Amino acid sequence: MKFVNEYRDADAVQHYARAIAQITTRPWTIMEICGGQTHTIVKFGLDQLLPPAITLIHGPGCPVCVTPVEVIDQAIAIASLPNVILCSFGDMLRVPGSETDLLTVKAIGGDIRIVYSPLDVLRIAQAHPTQSVVFFAVGFETTAPATAMLVHQAQQQGRMNVSLLVAHVLVPPAIEAILSSPHNQVQGFLAAGHVCTVMGYSDYLPIAQKYQVPIIVTGFEPLDILQGIYLCIQQLEAGRSQVENQYTRSVRPSGSAEAQRLIHDVFAIAPREWRGMGTIPDSGLILRDAYAAFDATQRFNMPIHHAVESAECISGWILQGVKKPYDCDAFGTRCTPEHPLGAPMVSSEGACAAYYRYRQSRERVYE
Amino acid sequence: MMEQNMEPTCPIPMQQYPHILLAHGGGGKLSHQLLEQIVIPTFNNATLNVRHDAASLVIKGQSLAFTTDSYVVHPLFFPGGDIGSLAVNGTVNDLAMVGARPLYLSVALILEEGLPIETLWRVVQSMQWAAQNAKVQIVTGDTKVVDRGRGDGIFINTTGVGIIEHTQTIAPQQVQPGDVIIVNGDLGRHGMAIMAVREGLEFETTIESDSAPLADLVLQLLAADIEIHCLRDLTRGGLASALNEIAQVAGVDIAIAESQIPVQEDVQGACEILGLDPLYVANEGRFVTFVPSKDAERTLEIMRSHNSLSLTCQPCIIGFVKRTGSGLVTMQSRIGPQRIVDMLSGEQLPRIC
Repeated sequence: MKFVNEYRDADAVQHYARAIAQITTRPWTIMEICGGQTHTIVKFGLDQLLPPAITLIHGPGCPVCVTPVEVIDQAIAIASLPNVILCSFGDMLRVPGSETDLLTVKAIGGDIRIVYSPLDVLRIAQAHPTQSVVFFAVGFETTAPATAMLVHQAQQQGRMNVSLLVAHVLVPPAIEAILSSPHNQVQGFLAAGHVCTVMGYSDYLPIAQKYQVPIIVTGFEPLDILQGIYLCIQQLEAGRSQVENQYTRSVRPSGSAEAQRLIHDVFAIAPREWRGMGTIPDSGLILRDAYAAFDATQRFNMPIHHAVESAECISGWILQGVKKPYDCDAFGTRCTPEHPLGAPMVSSEGACAAYYRYRQSRERVYE
Repeated sequence: MMEQNMEPTCPIPMQQYPHILLAHGGGGKLSHQLLEQIVIPTFNNATLNVRHDAASLVIKGQSLAFTTDSYVVHPLFFPGGDIGSLAVNGTVNDLAMVGARPLYLSVALILEEGLPIETLWRVVQSMQWAAQNAKVQIVTGDTKVVDRGRGDGIFINTTGVGIIEHTQTIAPQQVQPGDVIIVNGDLGRHGMAIMAVREGLEFETTIESDSAPLADLVLQLLAADIEIHCLRDLTRGGLASALNEIAQVAGVDIAIAESQIPVQEDVQGACEILGLDPLYVANEGRFVTFVPSKDAERTLEIMRSHNSLSLTCQPCIIGFVKRTGSGLVTMQSRIGPQRIVDMLSGEQLPRIC
């Protein structure tokens, strides 16, 4: 298939894998930020092609995984109310809240709809004018412009039966949180190409300089990722720490001005809790006062309840890249995609689900 | 008060769902759990325990195949078929998967109050056409009407009876190390055709369902004395779930190669956009055949020359049975490394980004 197969070409992949091995003289640890990249790495077995000196660890770039359980509980509470239609992206439905999940709420009568674009919510709101239509707005900078467009259009059209439960998060503050952690092992980053398509990469320049780490803006196909790793190793071996753009076919340095204007118009930046990582300053988006009427937490008077957590799941360590899914005692036994203990086992972008689906154990598949 | 937990943690798990979820009907692990925990232990008998698409019965010396299936597809009409032809082909195919010659079907229609008679007429006509095409007769049936809002237009159940004229045992338990795995055409078209219509997704081309009767082709393979160890149609849960089920029941490990698995470009593109994997997407005219390697080439030839195959749907060898084992299915990715192909877990849910 055009624009896909070229980036999955076996010969080119082997060529890049050899090139990486040739320039690697020491052990290096690289984190790919985005869950989409993790999925590609595990699905295609890219890590098996790398020299043993390179360790890839999987970052917190899975929006499903980092949405705090308290917010999922809010979504569940809202979806359980009469006369409400909750709209969500598909993979949020299976993430366990503290007592149940959205799929169960749907099974016992909650009106929950899977949408592909936030703008689908407007159509649903128009078709059901007497019902309250709530969008569970989850995602990084990639999906934020479309959410902002929903708010913008809902206001323009006076569609006041629309509201939003906003849980958008921002990538650069999370990278800083990882780098400033005493547990940090990451020496270089593959930044998420689609986030940078929207935002550009100027925010990463001060991070690379302050923490002396190379940051490579990287795409999502096998060749993108291997080229990103190659550029990162090249910098690490040369002692450089710059921001480089591998994903030039999509990312411009300053990103999309229009998308950024939309985000800025609708959202303000605020501290945000990340599941497994705690509260990170300036890492979340909230609706500006001018759009407060669309805030579902206010409309439904939903206070945040602190949720009781189980100590068994180590998703926090996994999302910070300190541990691998294999290091968890529950992995593949008490924690599986049917009965996830934690969010990384739910989304196909979650590190645990990717490992479970494609590996299951450290040794098994390599025979 | 609870002490502040210093380690980052996750919420308490849901271990068992107390209600039926849509995913329990998805053909993946939750469907499997329903069968293994509730249905099979309750009705427990030797015929059922074979876990095949159709039951094989011997009545006064005559071998018969017997199966049933219900059809709840929405929309009722989709590119490449409709609920009527699907209800005939699906049951015919379940009979074909034990190598039977399908003979008779029953049809039970559950109609929703308010359904246009015109719609029913079109569906029934389509069933009759499909029955003729598959060389079966619809010989008995039933009609019920439910209140508006308690059905989805039409639900159809069909039950089928066929005669088993061969002496082979075609069942997952017959699968052996060294068997070659052949699929009769490209994957994923039915599921993506339905999803494109249901979700209002517009692609450059219209993806058509692969819905088709398979009994004729299977009977040709049997007539040519192909030693067939197992057949399985690739409906709900797709190729991945079918191979996992067979591997588990047979106690073998299976290896397939991604580069050998035929997927048309339009289906591949739609899957890429939605974040779905064609290995898990439903088909309605595709099946896998397990044969010893000596018969692989002849199987391919017969499939190629079978007149219902179009140019775009060529049969392929997609893998082989590696050894006796714990039921592991692995795939060599297009670029070389191996990975596990697991059974579908719940519904395939589109990704966020």
